[in-house]
Order: sequence, then C-alpha cells, then structure tokens
Amino acid sequence: MMALPALPRRYHAASIWSLYLLGLCPAAWYFYQAATGGLGFNPVKEFEHVIGIWALRLIIATLAVTPLRDLAGINWMRYRRALGLLAFYYVLIHFTVYLLLDLQLNFAAVGGDIIRRPYITIGFACLLLLIPLALTSNNWSIRRLSSGWSKLHKLIYLIAAGGALHYVLAVKSVTFVPFIHVALICLLLAYRPLRKPLMKWKRGSKPTGRQASSNA
Amino acid sequence: AAPLAASPSSFKVNEPLTPKEAVTTYNNFYEFGVNKEDPSQNAGAFKPTPWSVKIDGMVGKPKVFGLEELMKIKQEERTYRMRCVEGWSMVIPWIGFPLAALLDQVEPLGSAKYVSFETVVRPEEMPGQGGFFQPLPWPYIEGLRLDEARHPLTILATGLYGETLPNQNGAPIRLVVPWKYGFKSIKSIVRISLVEKQPETTWKNSNAREYGFYSNVNPAVDHPRWSQATEQRIGEGGFFGAKRRATLPFNGYADQVASLYQGLDLKANY
Repeated sequence: MMALPALPRRYHAASIWSLYLLGLCPAAWYFYQAATGGLGFNPVKEFEHVIGIWALRLIIATLAVTPLRDLAGINWMRYRRALGLLAFYYVLIHFTVYLLLDLQLNFAAVGGDIIRRPYITIGFACLLLLIPLALTSNNWSIRRLSSGWSKLHKLIYLIAAGGALHYVLAVKSVTFVPFIHVALICLLLAYRPLRKPLMKWKRGSKPTGRQASSNA
Repeated sequence: AAPLAASPSSFKVNEPLTPKEAVTTYNNFYEFGVNKEDPSQNAGAFKPTPWSVKIDGMVGKPKVFGLEELMKIKQEERTYRMRCVEGWSMVIPWIGFPLAALLDQVEPLGSAKYVSFETVVRPEEMPGQGGFFQPLPWPYIEGLRLDEARHPLTILATGLYGETLPNQNGAPIRLVVPWKYGFKSIKSIVRISLVEKQPETTWKNSNAREYGFYSNVNPAVDHPRWSQATEQRIGEGGFFGAKRRATLPFNGYADQVASLYQGLDLKANY
C-alpha cells in the first residue's frame, strides 16, 4: 500500500501542538459567535449543541486512527492522544455550558436531569468515564500502567457508543446530521472485533509486511 | 410580506414582544429543513399565492375558499405566547381571525366531533419534503377537538407584526392555538376536515409516547426525555444572561381553557 510522505521527525512535536490549536478553533469560533450574537436567538442551546457535535467528531477521529493505519497505511498514531484529549475538552465545555449558562447552576435541576433523563444520565456517565482516560493520557501513565493502560483505554468504545446514544436521544427526530455521526461511530466500533482476523489474514497473505501492533 | 391591516383586539399578552427578526428566523418548519435557520433560508421559492383552503367532511356546506375570501373575514391583531415543545417560547403579535368564524360558514353537522388539518405538499418548493432523508411523512397533519377548534382563542393567522405571514411562518394561512405546544399550530393549511373520530396527527404518529393528541402546555407533565417545567424566552438574555422562566399551565391561558378539560386526566391525555 502507498504510504503518505513521512513527516520528518523533528516536526512531530510541532505538528501535535498545532493540532491542539487547530482542534480548539471551533470552540473559540463558536464562543465568539455566541457572545456576539452570531449564533441566532437561542445562543446557549446552539453553542451547547455545536460543541457536543464537535466532541463526537473528535471521538470519531480518535477511533479512526487505528483503521486508517490498518487499512490505508496512514500512521497518525502520534495524533491520537491529542484527538482524544480534545474530545474530552469539548465534552467538558459542553457540560459546563449546560451547567452554567443553560441551567444557571441550578444544581437541583441538574441532579434531577441526571437521574431522570436517560440521555443526560448517559451523557454525564460518558463525561465521568472520560476523566480517567484524560488523566492517564501521558507517557508516565502509559509506562506506569503498562498493559493495564490499554485495557483502561478500551473504555473509549463504551464512551463512543454512549455519546452516540446521547445524541440520538437528545434530538426530536434522527435527521441526516445525527444519522451520519452515529453511523460513523457504529462503523468504527464494528471494525474493532473484525480487526484481529483481518490483520491475521493480511499478515498471512503478505508475509513480508510489517507486523501490526496489537495496540488498538 | 406585505402590510396587512387589522383591528386591535383585547387578546393581548402584557409581555415584551419577541423581536420580529427572531420570530422570522428561529423556526421549526420541517418542510423547509430541520434546523432553526432553515425555514427562513429555504422558503424563498415557496409561492403562497394563489392559495385555497378546502373545507370538507361532516359539514352542511363543504367549500373551497380562495385566500381573498378568507382575507375578507375581519382580521384582528392578537398577541399570544407561543410555547414550543422543545422548551422555548416567544410572544408574537399575530393577525388573523377565529377559526370558529370560518367553521360557522360551512355549518358543521352534529356528528362532527373533531377537526383535522393538512399542510400543503410541494417538494419542488419545499426542500425538506424532497431528498432521501426526510424527518417526517408528508403531508403534515394535525387535529383538534371541535370545542377546542371553536374556542375564541383559536385563530387562523394570516399575518404577524402588521404584515402578511412570511413563508417560513406558515404562509399564507396557519393555525394558532396558544395553549398548546407549537407543533399543534399547523402551517400553510390547504385542507380542513370535520370528522367524527379523533384524527391522526403527524408527531403522534411519529412517536406516540412523546407527543400526544392534546399536547396542552403543561409544566407538570414532562416530555419523556426532557422537563417541561421551564422555558427559554427567545431573544432574551443573550449568551451570558439567558434565564429560564417557569412554564405556566395551558401556557398562561388556564382561565380561558381549563374548563374544556374538566374531568379529563391531563397526565394520561398529554
């Protein structure tokens, strides 16, 4: 398979930091729009929704790194941590706006929502589950947890599924935009159980090919 | 939208009006797309004239009314609250006339118990009705009990803010039932039928557990997925100062309409 021209190693760190900057641009842009009247007449809801959708997009991007490497030979593994952490930041912004600007710190209402409204229960659970992943998204934790790290980070599959469900349950009808996001998440999750047999088959048919890492 | 004369009326909510720009750009009208800005952006090709409304079913004098004929009925300005099932609200100065005035002209039969309404189907002018991914089946249909339809608060609106209805607000003629969630107020009506049995309605067909036939605004009965206790008044507070207000039973019209539902379990008949 054709590989993209490799980025020289000395630019790796800079490209990752650029990704963080680029990744925060939608949040900054929409925040500016919301604050200056550019998001229409219900800016809180609009901002909340658009940030939630970007969180899902970043989760989709995170999940796409492995299949992209497996199937297209594009190795963007070095960007996966940034994508995952950006997703976490977006989920955090999404929740903060809901708590602060939508419900104005009415904790009784927030508690009631989390207990009684399944889509909020699920969304909140996803936020909680993301916290250990975000806290262990560093080299020290990877060394420290060794094989436990991979196991822990498999939680992203559950979080992605929860995020998709949260989205579907929050909208009045599942129209094109929710459908596309949810379909991509389903596709990327469905790839995971297929991966081992697929890789085995690929290795079998191309014995000289490079070894696929078991790190999904 | 052209200027539209109307006589003042005593049906007037004493609350600040929602800015006209908000009323005409923040819309749910899935025939033009599912996002709030879609109707105002995609309704340009829609032709609200010529127009006619067919009234049939259990009536003594079924008739097709031309729009000009409907505009001859005395038009009043009425400022109503509008509460969307999604948890937001507006205050809108409508122009229109009581639906009862029109029903009187066709002489409903004693056997008529309900009124059903139908929106126009024109995929070539309404982009949301075309394409491969459509949120709802068309035509959009709604219904009321006959006594609800005849209630003095129930109007057919032909304008807002002193002008004929913009396309995105349901031109040229739409229903306004201010004590029910907004989706009951069906837009761009082409047919009104008097019927004996409770008619089917689009959102109930789409999800009966969440959207009932009555859909009276009721802070005590939550939507299965969200609370209906509070609402966001559109255009107030901006991004940092948005404050939700308490939703009122029957959207604040309980004094006028609660008697319609005496003895009816409003939790079961949501």
